[in-house]
Amino acid sequence: MSMADQKPTQSFNLGMLIYDTRYRAMTIQVVALILFMLGAAWLVNNAAQNLAALGKPLSFDFLSQPAGYDINQKLIEYTSQDSHGRAALVGLLNTLLVAFLGCVLATFLGVIIGVLRLSKNWLISRLMTVYIESFRNVPVLLWIVFAMAIFIESFPAPRAFRGDNATASMVLNDSVAFTNRGVYIPKLVFDNGSMIVVLVFLASLVGIWLFGRWSRKRQEATGEILPNFWIKLGIFFVPAIAAQLVMGSPISLAYPELKGFNFTGGLHLRNSLIALWLALSLYTAAFIAEAVRAGIMAISKGQTEAAAALGLRSNRIMQLVILPQALRVIIPPLISQYLNLTKNSSLAIAVGYMDITGTLGGITLNQTGREMESVMLLMLIYLAISLAISTVMNIYNNSVSLKER
Amino acid sequence: MKNSVIFGTVAAAASLAAGLASAGTLDDVKAKGELACGVTTGLVGFAAPDANGNWEGFDVAVCRAVAAAVLGDANAVKFVPTTGKTRFTALASGEIDMLARNTTWTFSRDVDLKFTFVGVNYYDGQGFMVPKELGVSSAKELDGATVCIQTGTTTELNLADYFRSNGMSYEPVPIETNAEAQQQFLAGACDVFTTDASGLAATRATFENADDYMLLPEIISKEPLGPLVRHGDEQWGDIVRWTLNALITAEELGITSANLEEMAAGTNNPEINRLLGTEGDLGGMFGLDKEWAKRAIAVGGNYGEIFEKNIGENTAIGLARGLNAQWKQGGLIYSPPFR
Repeated sequence: MSMADQKPTQSFNLGMLIYDTRYRAMTIQVVALILFMLGAAWLVNNAAQNLAALGKPLSFDFLSQPAGYDINQKLIEYTSQDSHGRAALVGLLNTLLVAFLGCVLATFLGVIIGVLRLSKNWLISRLMTVYIESFRNVPVLLWIVFAMAIFIESFPAPRAFRGDNATASMVLNDSVAFTNRGVYIPKLVFDNGSMIVVLVFLASLVGIWLFGRWSRKRQEATGEILPNFWIKLGIFFVPAIAAQLVMGSPISLAYPELKGFNFTGGLHLRNSLIALWLALSLYTAAFIAEAVRAGIMAISKGQTEAAAALGLRSNRIMQLVILPQALRVIIPPLISQYLNLTKNSSLAIAVGYMDITGTLGGITLNQTGREMESVMLLMLIYLAISLAISTVMNIYNNSVSLKER
Repeated sequence: MKNSVIFGTVAAAASLAAGLASAGTLDDVKAKGELACGVTTGLVGFAAPDANGNWEGFDVAVCRAVAAAVLGDANAVKFVPTTGKTRFTALASGEIDMLARNTTWTFSRDVDLKFTFVGVNYYDGQGFMVPKELGVSSAKELDGATVCIQTGTTTELNLADYFRSNGMSYEPVPIETNAEAQQQFLAGACDVFTTDASGLAATRATFENADDYMLLPEIISKEPLGPLVRHGDEQWGDIVRWTLNALITAEELGITSANLEEMAAGTNNPEINRLLGTEGDLGGMFGLDKEWAKRAIAVGGNYGEIFEKNIGENTAIGLARGLNAQWKQGGLIYSPPFR
């Protein structure tokens, strides 16, 4: 602005708002903002007027009224006498559950597939290409419906397990049943004293972390590498099992049993959850694999060669040299894949999985007729979930990003 | 750059909001030249497209009768398939002019959702269908069963109430459309399929081995099904209401598609004359011409003929008239007089 400083005497006039480049940008922004606010106000006013004309003013009272419908998968206590609000909460937890499971599995598969796609083995890399192209080029809704159809048609119904001439049987020593209603697995039963076993187990997790730190320091100081994996595995299992035996086995397994129409006693992983989880994970894994591949290819070949020259083997090169650098490139697209997966989980109703869209945006909306309120709440909830995910992932991104000194 | 994106969003949202406003439905329908009628996504006998893509069925006949009365053309109907979930939004937003989708008349739908049920064209109740090999003979034996339900229906609430009041537990499997429910039920992914008994009969009729399945004797609810319109447009509500009543009255007075022309020439019965427009001008009172009812009846005959043709005992669905017989035959089908 040295030009401006040289002629300070020029007075301000209105024309300058348009013709003077110093003010023009500001003028345009102010006008645009006013127009935008007018547009928004008109929209809100229009919606409010139309709702009033229909005799349905905006009200959230319905959330405290009894819901009246049942939900099959509930992570918290819920009966049909609870409120619509609680039904929405049950749905929200189901959404979070499938989103969390999906993100974990998609990341795991995506990283492996992305690395394998760069394999020098022609067959493996081509197979991975086929996987990626077929999964990411078919709409995820079709994959979800397809997974469910496979589940329903290929596994036996529970009644096939019954009788002397049963056509299906449980696997793994009669402890797991694969049916077309889902998978029934044994569940843990906690008796008196199981608290101690759980505490011992948590303590051994802390132990593993402490050991890892100590072992790294020792390696940096002496250069010796301990068999870390086996020692950690030992700390993971031995104390907890010892505590379990000492306390007289307070934690036991309850096996599923065919009783009446269904298996009871075990843990029921519903077909809708599994189908949705697998379909979302496999679909998103294809995108993550591409992000991983891009990340690895962004690291110059010189890095690999330099590491090899130091005598590192190829898997260590990947672990110690390539992946840590590639993460910086991988994480930003990974965040958006997590968000996509979470939002895609709203397709759950296609397989009858009661997520937040199925409860608040489905049955509640339909039974109460509060479309506007329900949809607004839904949008807010998804917005909050997405913002939370991206906040957490951005913190992680900052922790691995290049620290310039 | 950012601004243009924002304006795009505003424009898109504005066009959505504009759909809410609507004035005289009759004028709208006449201006469009066609009636937008909400039906199911496909339930044989009630509303389903045939091999040539023409919609037919018991509910479809009501839409066609209204279109014939209003527009003079039974084919001037745009059938909008709706699911249990989308139907009310479609009607409230003005996407459809009337809904004929075996919809139960309830207090909260009438009062809170702001709809007007114009009458009942089928008295129904919720039933259960099970495979015979399950060995169940009563709904009271269904403790612990997995139940497929169409989501977004009164069925869902009745089911919860029934199992709770009988102290039984169950596993609900919510399903969006009838076709998905069939797939799960036939594969044994659910033990029981529950919906209105007429719907169960219609669904069962499409099964390959229909005899392997049975309906349980219990009917656990009252489900008066009928066409409905939005609150607030009384003229349009009257037109749909009295078109339905015309079909019912035609059966009561013995007017059939065979003798319609003969009757329309004039008879000794003044009520027939008023209905068919040879005496007085009932149609003019709600903005139609004199022959509106004659055209409505000409489409598929009277109520009884429509019933027999689509869901009656000689069809695959095979429903008896039962509660849906004329009041003179001990049923509940009763129309107020045309006077």
